[in-house]
Amino acid sequence: MNGMRLAQRNYYGKALVELAETNPSVVVLDADLAESTKTSEFRNVAPERFIEVGIAEQNMIGVASGLAASGKTVFASTFAVFASGRCWEQIRQAVAYPKLNVKIVSTHCGISVGEDGASHQALEDIALMRALPNMTVVSPADAYEAYAATIALAELDGPAYMRMGRAEFPPVTRADAEFVIGRASVLREGDDVTLVGTGQMVAHCMEAAAALLEEGIDAEVVNMSTIKPLDKNTLKRSLRKTGCAVTAEEHSVIGGMGSAVAEFLSQELLVPLEMIGTKDTFGESGTPNQLFEKYGLTSKDIAKAAKRSLERKRS
Amino acid sequence: MDCTIQELERKANILRLDVIEATSVAGSGHPGGSLSSADLMAALYFKIMRHDPSNPQWEDRDRFILSKGHAAPVLYAALAESGYFPKEELMTLRKMGSGLQGHPVRGKVPGVEMSTGSLGQGLSMACGMALAGKMDKKNHRIYCLLGDGELQSGQNWEAAMLARHYHLNNLTAFVDRNRLQITGNTERAMTLDPLPDKWRSFGWNVIIVDGHSMIQILEACGKARASVTNPTVVIMSTIKGKGVSFMENNYEFHGKACKEAEREKAVRELRGRI
Repeated sequence: MNGMRLAQRNYYGKALVELAETNPSVVVLDADLAESTKTSEFRNVAPERFIEVGIAEQNMIGVASGLAASGKTVFASTFAVFASGRCWEQIRQAVAYPKLNVKIVSTHCGISVGEDGASHQALEDIALMRALPNMTVVSPADAYEAYAATIALAELDGPAYMRMGRAEFPPVTRADAEFVIGRASVLREGDDVTLVGTGQMVAHCMEAAAALLEEGIDAEVVNMSTIKPLDKNTLKRSLRKTGCAVTAEEHSVIGGMGSAVAEFLSQELLVPLEMIGTKDTFGESGTPNQLFEKYGLTSKDIAKAAKRSLERKRS
Repeated sequence: MDCTIQELERKANILRLDVIEATSVAGSGHPGGSLSSADLMAALYFKIMRHDPSNPQWEDRDRFILSKGHAAPVLYAALAESGYFPKEELMTLRKMGSGLQGHPVRGKVPGVEMSTGSLGQGLSMACGMALAGKMDKKNHRIYCLLGDGELQSGQNWEAAMLARHYHLNNLTAFVDRNRLQITGNTERAMTLDPLPDKWRSFGWNVIIVDGHSMIQILEACGKARASVTNPTVVIMSTIKGKGVSFMENNYEFHGKACKEAEREKAVRELRGRI
């Protein structure tokens, strides 16, 4: 596994190809970004069930709604900024409210989009989507999970949003790992502090945990691959043991996965919580690594936050 | 169904009466745009559409999407008159716990195909249904009623492009061209004319009818069904509040129910035509 880098969207494309063969109800929509979101893979094997809607995301959601109301299992894809923001109210009215079987699957979330700059870096999509009733929100940790989550979403009867990144990065799960919507997984056990990551940040949490171990701190890493519904049991079990936490996401600290964890902890299990994410700011152009540095999303930032969280527990 | 023109005209006035009664009991709602589209609704539910009130999920049924969801009262009236649910339920319109929500909700009322109410979205939904029909090689048709004011919303034109691109000849849209929206004249709010030219330039078949002429509505639906390549829009010249003298062309009744004296007068007028 060392050195291997995989893009989540490529595995989304592969999963859609599998679904093209196994599930005749699956229909895929895209808004002129099929080559980037990799829905092109599905188009190439099942062109009669692929619908190009042009650069018209609002219409895409309405069309998805009508298809789902006719018994189709619909995957609608574009970049995360457009998928969640451009057509938010359409998703609310046409998908979430009537509880239709539409999976909005986005790529290019977060600042790892890089050079395209802030217009294309979704840092608000988790907040937007998890505020909607009936909406499931999934954020796979790596390419393998993106594959398994896509297959799992096709089995879920109802609205869902899944976010993925653009970049390639080393997987943190196994290719054959099971993906259960609503269930977080513990990727590394530890007693001192719980690092709760989602998406690409799970890999950063794993790196942080390795660095912390060298300083004698034994961190547990939880992969929060479903953000809604939040896996409260796994969180509770881990935090009863460690007593302090860090959340890490490639998203604003306002309304994201960290907020979801904070909402839960503040009501049911008061422990120190540090949140890693962008701090009420837009991104900018740069390489992903430069941006992770500038916006405080590196494994070093997570390790520092873990120490702050530990100090608060001890004080 | 096999209704004569006269029977359909009578049905339209029954729907109008139900709209007045239901919105009056509710104390709110949108009678104006419900009355203007009552003739079309009667034509669709009692003549044009293949549907089965005893089997709302019948796979081969024609589908109707009320994009102008605020005209929910006339949709509910048409469904009740068709036999989807007892007519008494119309009096629960907008009441807590009723399926007859202020704007239609899929799954709450048998026969309601889609949740609408946020304007400008119905045509996209109808396109999705029409695409599904094509994919499954079905012969059923999709009908969508649009308000004229909501055509100021850009999503309609995204959908209009798509419907032509995919040659959705199984889709018929109707525009309730009553020329009034909530603040008054549509052309003062945002110019829509020349509306037929807009649709033509998007590649649709355009049919212009008097929306209160049953014969013209039925003929237009026949022509739409005969289209082999393109979707059809029927632009219906209508009168907002049609059928009740003091409501006709009065934009104040866009979103306001009758008071008791008004209700009595309206009911008297409509009863005279049933």
